[in-house]
Amino acid sequence: MTLIKMELKRNGKSLLIWSVVIGGMILLCLLLYPELKKEVDSLEEALKNMGGVTAAFGMDRLNYGELMGFYGIYGGSMLGIGGIFYSAILGAGMLAREEQEHTAEFLLTHPVSREKIFFQKLSSMAILLVFMNSIVILFSCVSFAMIGEKPDWDVFWIYHGAQVLMQMEILGICCGISAFIRRGSVSLGIGVAALLYFLGLFSNITDKAEAAKYLTPYAYADAAKIISERGMDEKLALLGIAYGLIGIGVGFWKYRRKDIS
Amino acid sequence: MNTVIRLRKLTKYYGKHRGILDLDLEVKEGEIYGFIGPNGAGKSTTIRTMLGLLRPSSGSAELFGMEVSSHKTQILKRVGYMPAETAFYSSMRVKDALAFSADLYGRDCREEAARLCERLKLDTKKKVEELSLGNRKKVSIVCAFQHEADLYILDEPTSGLDPLMQKEFFALVRERNRQGASVFLSSHVLSEIQRYCHRAAIIREGRLVVADEVANICKGSAKRITIQGITDITGIEKADLQKQENGISFLYRGQMQPLLEKLSKLPIEDLTITEPGLEETFLHFYEGGKKA
Repeated sequence: MTLIKMELKRNGKSLLIWSVVIGGMILLCLLLYPELKKEVDSLEEALKNMGGVTAAFGMDRLNYGELMGFYGIYGGSMLGIGGIFYSAILGAGMLAREEQEHTAEFLLTHPVSREKIFFQKLSSMAILLVFMNSIVILFSCVSFAMIGEKPDWDVFWIYHGAQVLMQMEILGICCGISAFIRRGSVSLGIGVAALLYFLGLFSNITDKAEAAKYLTPYAYADAAKIISERGMDEKLALLGIAYGLIGIGVGFWKYRRKDIS
Repeated sequence: MNTVIRLRKLTKYYGKHRGILDLDLEVKEGEIYGFIGPNGAGKSTTIRTMLGLLRPSSGSAELFGMEVSSHKTQILKRVGYMPAETAFYSSMRVKDALAFSADLYGRDCREEAARLCERLKLDTKKKVEELSLGNRKKVSIVCAFQHEADLYILDEPTSGLDPLMQKEFFALVRERNRQGASVFLSSHVLSEIQRYCHRAAIIREGRLVVADEVANICKGSAKRITIQGITDITGIEKADLQKQENGISFLYRGQMQPLLEKLSKLPIEDLTITEPGLEETFLHFYEGGKKA
């Protein structure tokens, strides 16, 4: 527990920043919803004619004039992108940050096994992600109350559940990578996040990028798909869980053997 | 007497680069053991392997009779370690860093920590990142000493400490040693090793050059010969030759008889033969490049 407490405290400030920025953007977008709803017809027409961009963000499948459709496009972009980047940075920095900041020697010369360090750190990162999502959901609920609208709660929770799952998968993959690197974890995290995100966009735009959907968690956590189909692609989600677990397994294997310089 | 540290043929390669080679070393319970060597000789590699930070390429490291690789946590519970360069979590205050360290040992060390901070004049309310090198070193001392270990592993402990603090630090080391703790002290400052250590080992280019009682290392077979009246001498093996205005000075490591015979034929005005200090012996080992 000592390490979990320390990690939560150490990452508290950045957790708040990420949560408030993502939640705040969703709040701002939702506050615009009542105005946009009035002009929905002309807007939808305009948005549907933007070709690839329309498809990439799922605007061809979501109804812009409906609350969940609107929430999917805007909330989906904000939480989708923010969540991917935040979880990638947390995961990539999980082990590498100790070596980068030269605190690994201090930590590992205390009587704590590497197994314990690994799992306590992983748990801390998972808790941070749950906190971030909870704060964002709170922002969303407050926004709904402010504009006097009620979302389709079932779809709402499936969507947010899928976001958490996607972030956990990325956390797992990046924590695996983290065990192999000593520095540059933030840039690597951003790189992985951007790669997965753009793979997701490509798989939306063209059927030729079909294979991409088996690689990127964006395929099962895409707001457009979840909201239009009222559910998540379970097979892809299971594949995602497997990728996350493989990442964790590889990271654990490497970290137990790693020389700490 | 029990052995607290036993290294057997300990070898560590970083890829193709040499770390340490076939290191054999034993430290007995209750000893203050010095570990001397220049930068890059393998001192820190040895210590890091002993603490389980590095996996040995071959050979073994045992502390308290337990293999490090398989009993790391049990071993570290009984060790107080002070690294050469200390880095703490930057956002922490001194008292948080000390409490965090104590928590990881599963101990409540507040009383002992307060006593040590008072003694070392360390302000516990300051943030670690705001501290000077010397003060960070003090935090490191308290972390290593607050849980009252059986073995202290100290890597260059006095660098950055002012002379008064160094004195206080060694007073603390001696106290703990009198109470039964063993100490493994790596240092560049040879006078420290000479003054405080019972035995010492010298390491060079990853290999152990000598491990013996400090007094014996100083004695060795080498003598400092200083002669007035001649400016050169041939036919004998000498090291660290220093030419002076009307004389020469060198380290000699052979039989006395041939030297005296040689000297008796020379126009010598004055002759002194002295035991070299550890400093000189150290330089001799590295600059001369020969084993004693």
